[in-house]
Amino acid sequence: MSIITTIKPKKIFHFSDLRELWNYKELLYFFTWRDLKVRYKQTVIGAGWAIFQPFITMVVFSIFFGGLAKMPSDGVPYPIFVYVGLIFWQFFSSALGDTSNVLISNQAIITKVYFPRLILPISSVITKLVDFAIAAAILVGLMFYYGYTPHISGLLLIPLLLLITFMAAVGGGLILASINVKYRDVRYALPFFIQLLLFVTPVIYPASIAGAYSKFLAINPMMGVIQNARAALLGTAPINWLLLGISLIACFILLIVGIYVFKKVERYFADIV
Amino acid sequence: MSSPIIEVKNIAKSYKITHERGGYIALRDVITDAFKHPLRYLGSKFKDMTGLTKKEVFWALKDINFTVNPGEVVGIIGHNGAGKSTLLKILSQITSPTEGEITLHGKVGSLLEVGTGFHPELTGRENIFLNGAILGMTRKEMASKFDAIVRFAEIEKFLDTPVKYYSSGMYVRLAFSVAAHMEPDILIIDEVLAVGDADFQKKCLGKMDQITREDGRTILFVSHNMEAVRKLCNRCILIEKGVVKASGDTDEIISMYLKDPLVREKGVDVRMRHDRKGAGRVKIDSFFIEENGKKVNTLKTGGSYTLCFEYTTDGSPVNDVNATFSITAESGTPLILASTNLTKEQFATLPQKGVIRCSIDQKFPLNVGTYGVSVDLHAGENREDHVKNVAVFRVDEGDYYGTGVQTAHSPIFIDQKWSVVERK
Repeated sequence: MSIITTIKPKKIFHFSDLRELWNYKELLYFFTWRDLKVRYKQTVIGAGWAIFQPFITMVVFSIFFGGLAKMPSDGVPYPIFVYVGLIFWQFFSSALGDTSNVLISNQAIITKVYFPRLILPISSVITKLVDFAIAAAILVGLMFYYGYTPHISGLLLIPLLLLITFMAAVGGGLILASINVKYRDVRYALPFFIQLLLFVTPVIYPASIAGAYSKFLAINPMMGVIQNARAALLGTAPINWLLLGISLIACFILLIVGIYVFKKVERYFADIV
Repeated sequence: MSSPIIEVKNIAKSYKITHERGGYIALRDVITDAFKHPLRYLGSKFKDMTGLTKKEVFWALKDINFTVNPGEVVGIIGHNGAGKSTLLKILSQITSPTEGEITLHGKVGSLLEVGTGFHPELTGRENIFLNGAILGMTRKEMASKFDAIVRFAEIEKFLDTPVKYYSSGMYVRLAFSVAAHMEPDILIIDEVLAVGDADFQKKCLGKMDQITREDGRTILFVSHNMEAVRKLCNRCILIEKGVVKASGDTDEIISMYLKDPLVREKGVDVRMRHDRKGAGRVKIDSFFIEENGKKVNTLKTGGSYTLCFEYTTDGSPVNDVNATFSITAESGTPLILASTNLTKEQFATLPQKGVIRCSIDQKFPLNVGTYGVSVDLHAGENREDHVKNVAVFRVDEGDYYGTGVQTAHSPIFIDQKWSVVERK
């Protein structure tokens, strides 16, 4: 009888929660595995969708924005320019969308079995990370095609950029998920909102076209990520450490707030979900 | 006795119920409300935050206290809405209590539903692993139990078919099978045996029996199936309207739950019973069973007993009285009728207060089981009082023939003599 569980009216946060999260890592693995496994069942091209989607988007954007609208792209061929932005953006937006829905879509499990609820959003973001990795394969091809070789130091920056994106998506997603438990409006508002957000993030255009206003764009942490991804991989500009630092701190705070809100709602959402 | 494995102290759970709107609240409504009546809105938000709003608080559970010792199988029974499921949800940490504390020593597995987290697109094999992980098994554990799970579920052929193509029976069998192979120290089960066909239910019960008897696991078991509870549990807790109404011996608690008045040593008081028929000039006060002039609470096959009831008349003379006892099986099937009508022993008149006795003039013939007794009183042609199921009594194993041989094949025993003679 080594394990002793005490059930009390729940406190919002306790350090033993972290240890518990670690103890349930196997379940995290299985949730991620389930999501990946189920995702492309009953589809013809299967995991091909993870490549197809960003690739076609890139082609369409290249034709309309790059070719017809002559969007500036910091001296890099437009397809590769927009593709770097797109894969990070899709990682962020799909992770955010999934995380915000995670409590509702796993309602059946939440009301019947106990496990640290934070596992659900984390596993859904990891699933998206796999998509990102698949889509990144295309990027490698594109870079070969256009003859770009990234600097080693640039590649080392990628994990940090992913970490920032991860924190932004999970942090924001947790807040939205908590609201979603009570107000289902989130489900309808979010896709629309994400679409708008695409235009205030320098995905299809370089931040430089905003000129003096680009500082305001920096409020958006994804701007720091995408700008620096381009800087690191394509050498469009020197890496902007200040912007990166601000994004990192902002996303970290967002994540903490997200966890706090989530833990607060966690106490009662099995009752109302 | 070792220290308890589950300690539940003062557990209470309240829900706030708002009457105006059901379902979920749309953000739009909140916003339009806020614009239409900004002051009222701010006021109500302020009250919400400071906890001043008058919401109706509903206590689903209140002051729940009990302990469970290692190896005990405890049944939790009660009517729908009594709070059983809420209690189990708190015990399995799905929702947290409003007040109180529970200490659980050991690994807890809870089974509030079979097949939680089953994904229709995944195959049987994949779902075994997924479901196992959700129930808290490690991959190693599952790998070692995999074959046993598949065998128990009888789905070898369909192991690699997505479960959405399974028949509902196969689905449920697989789900139960995974759950049944969990090995926690404490197992919390909610009404999951009500699945599958009769054969499989029997198999499930057998498995549960094995888990409890052989593996010595501690189990909390909620069910409406009294047969299952009786079979599995050594102790019961009766919950009514959110409080523990009684706890103790399974049979006693079940009969209390079923509102069956179990015979006790002090007898069964029936003065409060209103479901009686008859003119009522004589009223039955209480019922009891005697053995050698002493009241008993359980009977034994082969014993010598006297069925008795106390009555009071309203003072008017009551003449030509016929008394009848009928003993029925638990299912209601009549088994034995004892009546002055049959023996022509009517009482010419009754004292105002008295006891009517019917001594069973032979060895008690009924085998082990639970039986009901009804009483009927007639004065002349008029029925004066009739109480159906005045009491319930248990019959334990006894030595009817004085040979020490028991049998379950005979519901009723008779005196018998055997002989053999040569045939010419």
